[in-house]
Amino acid sequence: MTPEQPTPDHLLSILVRDEPRVLTRITALFGRRGYNIKSLSVGTTEHPGVSRMTIVVSGDRGVVEQAMRQLEKLHDVVKIIDHSLEKYVDRELVLVKVAINPETRVEVRQIAEDFRSRIVDVGRHALTFEVTGDEGKITAFIEQLRPFGILETMRTGRIALTRGSNADIPAHVYHPGETQTLQPVLSAEPREERAREVPNLF
Amino acid sequence: MNGAKALWATLANHGISTVFGYPGGAIMPVYDALTFYPEVRHVLTRHEQGAAHAAEGWAKATGELGVCMATSGPGATNLVTGLADAMLDSVPLLAITGNVASHLMGTDAFQEADITGITLPITKHNYVVRDVAELPRIVAEAIRIARSGRPGPVLVDIPKDIQLAAFAGQIPAPQARPEAPAPNPEALARARELLRGAKKPVMMVGGGSLDAAAEITALARAWDIPVITTLMGLGTFPASDPLWLGMPGMHGSVAANRAISEADVLLGLGLRFDDRVTGRVSGFAPHAAIIHVDLDAAEIGKIVRTHVPVRGDAAQAARLLAEGAQPLPRAEWRAQLDAWKARTETPGHWGAGYAVKAVVDRLRPDDLLSSDVGQHQMLAAQLARFEKPRRWINSGGLGTMGFGLPAAIGAGMAEPGVRSVVIAGDGGFQMTAQELATLKMYDIRNVKICIINNSYLGMVRQWQELFHEKRYSEVWLGDSNPDFVKLADAYDVPAYRASTAEELPGAIDAWLANPKSALLEVVVPHEHGVFPMVPAGAALSEMIETEPARPGAPTPEASEA
Repeated sequence: MTPEQPTPDHLLSILVRDEPRVLTRITALFGRRGYNIKSLSVGTTEHPGVSRMTIVVSGDRGVVEQAMRQLEKLHDVVKIIDHSLEKYVDRELVLVKVAINPETRVEVRQIAEDFRSRIVDVGRHALTFEVTGDEGKITAFIEQLRPFGILETMRTGRIALTRGSNADIPAHVYHPGETQTLQPVLSAEPREERAREVPNLF
Repeated sequence: MNGAKALWATLANHGISTVFGYPGGAIMPVYDALTFYPEVRHVLTRHEQGAAHAAEGWAKATGELGVCMATSGPGATNLVTGLADAMLDSVPLLAITGNVASHLMGTDAFQEADITGITLPITKHNYVVRDVAELPRIVAEAIRIARSGRPGPVLVDIPKDIQLAAFAGQIPAPQARPEAPAPNPEALARARELLRGAKKPVMMVGGGSLDAAAEITALARAWDIPVITTLMGLGTFPASDPLWLGMPGMHGSVAANRAISEADVLLGLGLRFDDRVTGRVSGFAPHAAIIHVDLDAAEIGKIVRTHVPVRGDAAQAARLLAEGAQPLPRAEWRAQLDAWKARTETPGHWGAGYAVKAVVDRLRPDDLLSSDVGQHQMLAAQLARFEKPRRWINSGGLGTMGFGLPAAIGAGMAEPGVRSVVIAGDGGFQMTAQELATLKMYDIRNVKICIINNSYLGMVRQWQELFHEKRYSEVWLGDSNPDFVKLADAYDVPAYRASTAEELPGAIDAWLANPKSALLEVVVPHEHGVFPMVPAGAALSEMIETEPARPGAPTPEASEA
C-alpha cells in the first residue's frame, strides 16, 4: 500500500458584494459540492460594498477549478483569485496559550522572542503569545512550544494579497455610490496566468 | 404608488403577460394591486407547486421567462420543488414571494419561513427586498439574472410592509440580454481538426441547445455526423433525419448508446453529462476524444474528461464549427449505425409502451408533449418523434412527479392554439390532480391528459423487479386509485377510458376530437418494463436491450394474433 498523499491546499481570494447571506451562499456552495474549507477569513476592503474572503480549500487541481467555476456563477462574486498562479503574501494571526513553570518560563519567552512573538497575556501557569506570519512560521512556532504543553490555540485563518502594485479590484470596476455598477471581472479580464492554465475557457 | 403596484408595473414593463400563483396573508397587497393591472393575467392554480410547474411549462415551451407567485411560509415552501426543478433544467423562472412585515422577520412570526435561506442552493440567486425604493430595480435585476447566461430560477421575497410602502421612483425598462462570450477560436480550430480526423464521430445535443436547432442541424449535415439528443434535447434535431440516433443513457436507444461506446470523437453541445446519460462515467465513450461546448464553464470537465473545452453559446459555436466542414466517407460507420438503429424495438403487444406509442403517433409536429415522471415518461421520450425543439415539456434533472399536468397547463396557456398533450402515470398524476380545477376555471381547451394506468408506481416497481428480487414494497396503487373518469367528471373535464388494444384507437379519437380539454385513462397490464435499460452504475455498453422474458406474459405473436 502506498502511503496516502496529503491533498494539497489552495489559497483563494474571493471578492464579494457586501450583502446579507453572501457568506452563507459561498460556504453553502463549498458544503453542497463536498469541498472542504480548511480556513476562512472575511473582512472589508478599501471599497465600500466589497468584502474580501480568503479561503483555503484542500483538493486536487480539478476540485479547485470546479469550485472556482461554481463560485464564478454566483451573482455576489465579483472576482476570484487563485493565489497558486502568481506571487502573493499571506499572513495568519495566531494566539497560543502555553503552560509554563518556573523552570520553563525563561526558555519559552526566549523562543517567543526568536519568533518575534508578543506576549499578550501572562498567567501564573501560562503565557499567551500572539504571532503573525505565513503558514511555515506559525507551524514552526507551535512545534517549538508543543513540548511545553500547549493549552489552547486560536488561528484567524490565512489572508493573502497578490504581490506587486496592481490592486486586485481595478478602480473601474467599482463606482462608489452605485452598487449596481459593480461588475464581475473574472471572465472579462482574464489573468494571463489563468489563461495559460485553462487555454480555451477564459 | 406602493411597492405592490411598483412590482406589477415592473413586471408589465418587462412584458410579463401571465403569472401563476396563489394568494395568502403576506402577499395580499400584491393581489390587491393586481386589480389595477389588467394587462397582466394571474392564473390561480390549486397548489403553489402547480403554479411553479405551470410557469416552468410556460418557459420551456416558449423559452421566455415563467413567473410564479406565493405567499410567505407554507406558500413559499410549496414553490421549493418547482424551483429545484427549474434549477436542474436551467429554466428561466421568477418566483415572487410575500413575507411577513420586516420587523417580524426572524421572530418566527405566523406563516414565516426563511425562504431565501431555504432556496439558496436551488436558485440562481435570491433577494429579500428591504427598501421599497430598491424593489423595481431588484425585480428587473432578478429577471435579467433568470434569463441571462445559463437560465435558472430567481426568487424575490418581499415583506408585507415593503409591498405597502410608498414608492416614488422610476419603473425600470427591460435590459437587453448580455451576449454570450464568443467561443475561443483556437478551441474551435482544435475541434475542427478532431472532427476532420474522426472515423466514428457522434454529436450529442442537450437542453442547452434548444435554441440552436437550426445551427445544429446544419452542422450535423455539413460534417455528416450522426446526432444523439438527450432527454432534455429531444427535438433539437429532427427525428425524421436519417442522422438521428435517438436518446442516450439509462433508457436510451441501442444505436445511441452503442454509438457513444464506439465513437472516436464525441461532440457535446449544451449538455452536462448527467449520470442518467453517462451511466458509469469510467465506461462512458471510452474511445472518444470529447469536445464539450457549454455556456457554463463549470459544466466543462465537471463529470467527464474533456479534450477540447469550448465555452460559448451553442448556436454560435455550431455555426462556427460548420465552417470548413468536410463530410468524409464514413460508409462503415454509417452501416454500423444503421444496423444498430434497426434494433429499435416498437412495442408490439398491449401494454404501457403500446399505449404511449398509439398516443404519440397521433402528435402533430407543433403539438406540445408534457410528461410526468416514471415509465410513461421514458416510453414517451423513446417513442415520440420530435421534429422541433421546445415541444417536449419534461422534468429531466429533478424527475419531479406531479410535473406533467401543471406544466402542460402552463405550456398550453403560452400557446393556446396548440394542442398540449400530457402523458402521466396513475401515481404522478395524483400528486397534482387538483390542477384539473385550473382547466375548469380558465376554460382551457387545449390540454389533453392521458393517464397510463398500470396501478403501480411503475418505475420503482421495475427496479424492485430487477434489483430487489421482486419485493414490491409500497408501490401498489391499484386498491386505492380513484376512478379517474369520475374524478375528471367532478371537474367538468370530459374523460374516456380504454382497457384493451381494440378500444384504444376509438378512445384516442374521441379524446382528441373533443373541443375541450379532456382526459383519457388507458388501463394497461400491471407489470411492464421500459427497455432498453442501463442499470444504475453500469456502463452504456452493458445495456439490457430487451425486456427479460416473464413467465405468463403475452408474447408479441400471441397478442397480435
